[in-house]
Amino acid sequence: MNFLNYLISGISLGAVYAIIALGYTMVYGIANMLNFAHGDFIMVGSYIIYVLVSNQGMNPIAALLISIVCCAGIGVLTEKVAYKPLRNAKSRLAVLITAIGVSYFLENGALLIFGSNTKAFPSIVNWSGVTLFGGQVKIQGTTIVTILASVIILVVLQWFVHKTKEGQAMLAVAENYGTATLMGVNVNHTISITFLIGSGLAAIAGALMCSAYPSLTPYTGAMPGIKAFVAAVLGGIGSIPGAMIGGILLGVIENLSKAYISSQLSDAIVFSILIIVLLVKPTGILGKKVQVKV
Amino acid sequence: MSKTKTLSKTGRDHLITYGMVIIIYIVVEILLHAGLINNQMQGLLVPVCYYSVCAVALNLCVGILGELSLGHAGFMCVGAFASAIWSYQMQSTSMPAGLRFFIAFLIGIAAAMIIGVIIGIPVLRLNGDYLAIVTLAFGEIIKNLNSALFLGIDSKGIHLSLKSAIYLNLEDGVDPIVNGAQGIAGTPRDANFTIAVIVLLISLFIVQNLIDSRDGRAIMAIRDNRIAAEATGINVTKYKMLAFVISAGIAGAAGVLYSHNISTLVSQSQYFGYNVSILILVYVVLGGIGNMRGSVIATAILYILPELLRGLNKYRMFVYSIVLIVMMLLNWAPAAVMFRKKLFARFRKNEGTAEGGRKNGTA
Repeated sequence: MNFLNYLISGISLGAVYAIIALGYTMVYGIANMLNFAHGDFIMVGSYIIYVLVSNQGMNPIAALLISIVCCAGIGVLTEKVAYKPLRNAKSRLAVLITAIGVSYFLENGALLIFGSNTKAFPSIVNWSGVTLFGGQVKIQGTTIVTILASVIILVVLQWFVHKTKEGQAMLAVAENYGTATLMGVNVNHTISITFLIGSGLAAIAGALMCSAYPSLTPYTGAMPGIKAFVAAVLGGIGSIPGAMIGGILLGVIENLSKAYISSQLSDAIVFSILIIVLLVKPTGILGKKVQVKV
Repeated sequence: MSKTKTLSKTGRDHLITYGMVIIIYIVVEILLHAGLINNQMQGLLVPVCYYSVCAVALNLCVGILGELSLGHAGFMCVGAFASAIWSYQMQSTSMPAGLRFFIAFLIGIAAAMIIGVIIGIPVLRLNGDYLAIVTLAFGEIIKNLNSALFLGIDSKGIHLSLKSAIYLNLEDGVDPIVNGAQGIAGTPRDANFTIAVIVLLISLFIVQNLIDSRDGRAIMAIRDNRIAAEATGINVTKYKMLAFVISAGIAGAAGVLYSHNISTLVSQSQYFGYNVSILILVYVVLGGIGNMRGSVIATAILYILPELLRGLNKYRMFVYSIVLIVMMLLNWAPAAVMFRKKLFARFRKNEGTAEGGRKNGTA
């Protein structure tokens, strides 16, 4: 039964990674950049909720909505100010380094405002959860909400991308930036929407993650951000179901290896899985193979 | 005719780089003897050198080979630990410190190169961002394994464990050398500014000569167009591996300097994590991709900048991040580049398009 407990909390952790990875993979697929600052949006969103709930006494759900809106706004603003001028730069590394600069900016900004001591995050889920098998398996309310949220987000995103005009524009830009422009797709608008969705998702992920692990520091988002990126690559970068699979897989492996092998080596095990998968399937689990033509 | 001209031009270019390092070294030494550099700045001299060495190594990988690596801190970690184990074990013997340190370099570089081969075999089959994330993964694995590593040497040989010191089964009275998360305590501090500058000069010499050699041209051909290079008969795997392993070895040398400049070596993310690899990548990109001199200058400026900003107190890293973003925008944004070109065109109408060349290597 212990195994089941570890498995369920692994899936929950994986669902958080999946939500972050969805944002990562969309931004990567459409703007063709590694947004290293993505993880820090999680932290920004969580601090917004922390301030609204702990200091202002606001309803957690209202705080979450405000946090999503703020994060989405910051995401779009970041793209306009820091990434857009570099979109056609000679080297793709330029925008990568700028993203690192944005990441430092957000982390150190939070450090200035809130200080380096850990804040106790107020859980946004007021539900103690359910107990199964006569008390042997206990599922936290946060766990259930996290898993449900990730599934809903996946379904809505799939619908949005494949059924709406905006989503079709995103697919077109991801396929070929130049051709999409020629076909009359407003690329700037599409990229803005991508950042809007990605950063909003980061805020949700932050709220769920900090509800499960309620310690908040300016560096809270960095490692989950990297893990989510690994999850996105594992699932096949650019693929929405892939990000979901990669995220869940990563979370489960991490939790099980923490429980059964070594908590110190769990990260090493997670990263080894990535390497093994990429060696067998170089574009990730659900990634498309792109033929390079001469 | 044109060939001799270009050769002498690159030769001059290299001499400028060496000259710059030597002049800075002499100036710093004079200032040191005159007592004009405070203790805090003195403590930065060796770190600037080893990060410069690592930046040169990464620039070989990113600028010349054209593959983005986010795991160079891992090679530093390997070099640091391998050499520190040697020096720790040998400091009680009668071996002279100079010889001991020299062999430490050989061991550190060899260890990093071996790991470079092991990592290179799978990694170099991938390309683009997949390669970047796998190097990041390898860097993190190395850091994690090192922080869980216990190692001791007694009369029976070397004992290894990933669990705890008890599992080493060491003889009585023998302490483990590597103590898991506590790392290695009590390595001799053999490194100094002079040695660090010599290591920097040697690594610059190796990399710049590699670039100008037949092998270097093959590597750059692969960077510019892998398929075309393959079609002209260049052994892509061999040359990619060559550049990657040399880059790993130089990063290992930086690690040797690192471990012999401090007394306690621990494998934690603030020293060897992916953020350190990224920090070095920042130096490389701001210094100019493929431009070794630029890497050294950028490392020196960016490493010392936060110290100079110490007057700003807690705002210093915040200001640093803004400086970084603004510098990137001014340096790389096509609009800013156009503006700069227009501005320069007014000053030197006759020189035309002299800039360009190797600086503009893509990655």
